[in-house]
Amino acid sequence: MNKVVYGLLLGAVLGAFDGMTAWFTPAVRDQIMGIVIGSTFKGLVVGVCSGYFAKKVNSLPWGIVFGLVMGLLFAYLVAAMPDPSGKHYYFEIMLPGSIVGTIVGFATQRYQPATQKVAH
Amino acid sequence: MKWLSDNVLKHLQQVSEMPGLPGARYRLGEVLGRGGMGVVYRAHDSELQRDVALKVLSIADTDSERMQREARVLARIEHPGIVPIHDVGTLEDGRVFYTMKLVRGARLDAYCRQPHALPDLLRLFQRICEPVAFAHSQGVVHRDLKPANIMVGHFGEVLVMDWGVARVLSEPEQDGAVIGTRQYMSPEQAAGANADIDARSDVYALGRILENLLGGRAPSPAVGPLADPLGSGHGRPPRSRGTALQSIARKATATERDARYPTALALAEDIGRYLDGLPVSAHPESILDRIRRVLGNNKTLAALIIAYLTMRILLFWFART
Repeated sequence: MNKVVYGLLLGAVLGAFDGMTAWFTPAVRDQIMGIVIGSTFKGLVVGVCSGYFAKKVNSLPWGIVFGLVMGLLFAYLVAAMPDPSGKHYYFEIMLPGSIVGTIVGFATQRYQPATQKVAH
Repeated sequence: MKWLSDNVLKHLQQVSEMPGLPGARYRLGEVLGRGGMGVVYRAHDSELQRDVALKVLSIADTDSERMQREARVLARIEHPGIVPIHDVGTLEDGRVFYTMKLVRGARLDAYCRQPHALPDLLRLFQRICEPVAFAHSQGVVHRDLKPANIMVGHFGEVLVMDWGVARVLSEPEQDGAVIGTRQYMSPEQAAGANADIDARSDVYALGRILENLLGGRAPSPAVGPLADPLGSGHGRPPRSRGTALQSIARKATATERDARYPTALALAEDIGRYLDGLPVSAHPESILDRIRRVLGNNKTLAALIIAYLTMRILLFWFART
């Protein structure tokens, strides 16, 4: 498994988990499915970007910064879309989104793909 | 009558002690060290134009066979971590001498007096285990491993020296004689059970050296195996550096040979696992130990997850209030 696939899977899983935590907010509980799908997709995109970045740049600090920026950016794009009542949840979406992005950025840098065994 | 100064007397004494070397190949320099069985000089090999270490038996010792044996043992085990023999010869007075690579650096005991990071010391210890393991694979047991017999070069390279009392396992040996240095001697060595000596006896000495590295001082002779040859086996535990390392040292210095690591390589591998943050064979982990180790290996990730969960709880709490 290469870093891009690893980032994709990790981002999707963390994104889904992040989306599911919306269940604890009663005001948006009825929209939980849409939130989970959206959050999973957001995490997936952040994961692919972080994985690709980790493939190109081998630096833990820069990987973390990249994940953070990507997480913030995509979380902002999601938060910019208002809910049916017209309300925006910037903090509620951007704060966790940025941390999830940071985790994915960190993990894709730390992850070492298993080396293929060569038979001599 | 004219009195000789102390310096002149000292010089005369040195000259009188200097071995008479046959031929003009080696030019002797200063004394590098004196051991129980011989003196090591710095010498210059005029044929190959290089400095070498030249070892000759001390005047009191006439057991030249021992010296020749050391030379033969060393010639048998060629390894970058074992000081190679260049030449063997006989002095004008019949004593045997041999020349070997001149090792530049510090003895392990002197090296450890300077502050070093624990991972560096453990990697150094792994490098000590390698030549010892190689010698074992060739059927040779050192029997006198101690910091004074280990040199650390300027680039961190390790050389194991003084194979004068090494045992070739294929050669039978009688029980009785106690060989080695008491602080680092295994219980079977201390008991004079020479037939029982094998690679695990060196593993014991390596364990003592590990304790020494962890504690930064030599094990106490008072609690050494000679004081209690078949008793508790090892002395003061090393200063606390984490229980896994203590367990490794404890396993290596177990009184029962079967309870020790079977080889020096197995000991080095356990140290490697410790350095890699993996569980070590000498230390069965509790769940708490395991969590602590995993968190210790993934501090950043743990901090990020804790930050995420804290932030989630705070957001939830603010939403409620």
